[in-house]
Amino acid sequence: MSKPIVTYDEVTKSFGDVEVLKGINLDIMPSEKVAVIGPSGSGKTTLIRMLMTLEQPTDGAIIVDGENLWQMEEKGRLVDADEKHLSKVRGDIGMVFQHFNLFPHMTILENCMMAPVQVQKEDKKSARKRSIEMLEKVGLGDKLDNFPNQLSGGQKQRVAMARALVMRPKIMLFDEVTSALDPELVEEVLEVIRDIALEGEMAMVLVTHEMEFALDIADRVLFLDDGVIAESGTPSEVIEHSQNERLQSFLRRFRS
Amino acid sequence: MRGMGITLTVLGGSIILGYLMAFIAGFCRLSNNTFIRKFTGFYVEIFRGTSLIVQLFWFSYALPMLFGIELGSDLVAGILAISLNYGAYMSEIVRGSILSVSNGQTEAGIALNLTPFQRMRYVIFPQALRMMLPEFGNYLIQMLKATSLISLIGMTDVLYYGNLLRSSNLAIESTVYLFILIFFFIIALPLIFLTRKLEEISKKGVET
Repeated sequence: MSKPIVTYDEVTKSFGDVEVLKGINLDIMPSEKVAVIGPSGSGKTTLIRMLMTLEQPTDGAIIVDGENLWQMEEKGRLVDADEKHLSKVRGDIGMVFQHFNLFPHMTILENCMMAPVQVQKEDKKSARKRSIEMLEKVGLGDKLDNFPNQLSGGQKQRVAMARALVMRPKIMLFDEVTSALDPELVEEVLEVIRDIALEGEMAMVLVTHEMEFALDIADRVLFLDDGVIAESGTPSEVIEHSQNERLQSFLRRFRS
Repeated sequence: MRGMGITLTVLGGSIILGYLMAFIAGFCRLSNNTFIRKFTGFYVEIFRGTSLIVQLFWFSYALPMLFGIELGSDLVAGILAISLNYGAYMSEIVRGSILSVSNGQTEAGIALNLTPFQRMRYVIFPQALRMMLPEFGNYLIQMLKATSLISLIGMTDVLYYGNLLRSSNLAIESTVYLFILIFFFIIALPLIFLTRKLEEISKKGVET
């Protein structure tokens, strides 16, 4: 078995007095597709936000590709990571947000090109070419010079995915990417995710309420409940054969 | 009309220095360094909390007298007082605009692994600037009007010459002031148009 690309080791997270995550242990393999489900407030989003360095764990360690994400060694002691260390380790991680978070003052193409040029120091020509290819892939090749506010929610989310993909991440995080969309726009976004998943190279972590979809593409489903991973396994194990009461009642709400 | 040169010089000087101050102080108030933040906060409150006329008198009379600090000329004193005063006001706009860019933008920047500087330079600041522009335009016009105060520290601007003219011939009093009014309005006109233009620019490419 190959080495995991991400490891959570006894990770906890509290906001003030509220303990949102109570000791998460989790391995994610390269190219594995993990779906995270669970009631709202169960810490699903926090789980991946810590991996994207948007939220610092209260305790425990997250290892990315063999490197400790939130801590670094300094004079033989482990200290909180500084910006430089974070930026080195998170380089292989990309994220798509619930509310898209496109840059409103840039065109679609500029949105995609900016990071490869500025962060990866790719030359403009090739970044432009790759960005256009990526936008064509998500079906927006005709919108290159439009601004985000001229697009529908589904289109915006597809741009956000293209923007993350041109950075060639090894791990992609999806934070309830369809929750802010009108129902009729959900499918076009899911389709793009499905395409990405089928290409297979990237590890993907999807926090989602789209149960059917999660079961369809995920290698593994995690049921997060009350700050712990209450259930973990293949979709059929978790959904059909789990004895977990809370999971069953959670799933019933989706079936009805 | 005589005095126009002075009025425009003071206006130009105050605009450049004022905006410079606004950006410097605005960014300093967002600094992680407590000392820098507190110090700039002190400056902003002092200059916002006291009147511009008093500041003008301080710069041209009190400072040289009390501390022996000579600012060189009334021109420097006038420009300094106006720009520091308006710089203080506008730094609040700079600070407020930067803070009001949504947190999601910063997070998207982090997700793309931009450095903090790149996030400010390419993501936050361009959006904040669009929000600042209309307000900046308003302050531009206000600054023009504030320049008329420099006649009080004995500078020979448009208002000064107007007063001179009036005292030599009381019969034309109302005409003189009418002309001064028109003069300021004519200078303000391009600034008003500029402000409108800025508002249009700022409407483009913003979050909806």
